Amino acid sequence: MIAVVIPIAMTLFAVAVLLNFYRLAIGPDIVDRILALDTLMINSIALIVLADLRMGLGVLFELALLIALMGFVSTVAMSKYLLRGDVIE
Amino acid sequence: MTHLDMPATLQLVVAAFLLIGALVALIGSWGLAKLPDFYTRLHGPTKASTLGVGCTLIGSLLFFSHQQDGVSVQEALVTIFLFATAPVSAHMLGKAALRRRLKGVPGTRNMPDR
Amino acid sequence: MTPPLRSRQFWLPHPLFSLFLTLLWLLMVNDLSVAHALLGLALGVAIPLVTHAFWPEEAKIRRPLPLLRYLGVLLVDILRSNLVVALRILRPARQLRPGFFTYPLALEDDFAITLLASTISLTPGTVSLHYDNEANTLLIHALHLEDEAEAIATIRTRYEQPLEEIFR
Repeated sequence: MIAVVIPIAMTLFAVAVLLNFYRLAIGPDIVDRILALDTLMINSIALIVLADLRMGLGVLFELALLIALMGFVSTVAMSKYLLRGDVIE
Repeated sequence: MTHLDMPATLQLVVAAFLLIGALVALIGSWGLAKLPDFYTRLHGPTKASTLGVGCTLIGSLLFFSHQQDGVSVQEALVTIFLFATAPVSAHMLGKAALRRRLKGVPGTRNMPDR
Repeated sequence: MTPPLRSRQFWLPHPLFSLFLTLLWLLMVNDLSVAHALLGLALGVAIPLVTHAFWPEEAKIRRPLPLLRYLGVLLVDILRSNLVVALRILRPARQLRPGFFTYPLALEDDFAITLLASTISLTPGTVSLHYDNEANTLLIHALHLEDEAEAIATIRTRYEQPLEEIFR
């Protein structure tokens, strides 16, 4: 049953990623684009985990953790830049 | 895939987690794509996407905990991390949007005029 | 300002945080052996020691038990909020009545306010956007705002009062 569900879930996440790309392309403001990138990062974590499940490896969590970390830090850094014109106060 | 020796109930639970997680995350991204202004768009990703990915991770946790005898907790770590950081990035983005004086959709109540 | 070299305050400024770091390390390596426990303990002592200068004043968790209950309530509300937000997203956007409101905080502690702001962002239809340091208020955006006073009252009784109880 899991073997059937994983491709379906991956398809749903792929559609979600396409929707994020749509928002990334049309904007309209730069803040919308940052939000789209953030969501893209979160969705890609799920795609990585699903790929891991499909291959039955169980080794890709470091990757998921790293992407979560990078996504968070880059989102905060970009917002900070918009807030102050400077990343570090 | 070597999940054939898994009990059927556990398979069902894992499958449900994966499917519901994907659906919820899709709704979150759908909200990001369709809602009318930035402030409303902020709601979709912070709640739905986080919970959707969290569900997927918990499904994976259950699967690998059975697979590799011994609880695999790293997915729980990623989930907790996502839930702890999503409000913070939403807050920062919202502040940036207020600072840039983005307009709300017509009909927004008490639009701050800073 | 620096505590004396031989006191506990110098070597273990944040005992709970040290414990948390050790646990985090064990979770991260996913391996419960003596070697990793010792390495985690070493990290748990070293990191607060090195970063001590950057810390704001420490939050005091007075009662751990209500904190657990609070986390339980939060988990249920996250699930509920996703249902609410999903329904709002799937309905036509014309029916939305988004709005802002200001929430006057009763909490004083920085860490408690952070927790409350995060909670508001994770629960039904509200995102906290701005914390006003002088007036001690939070600016909140609601996806569907019907009654401002009711929204404020819900946050007050459901989240802020338990937090006050924990950090008092």
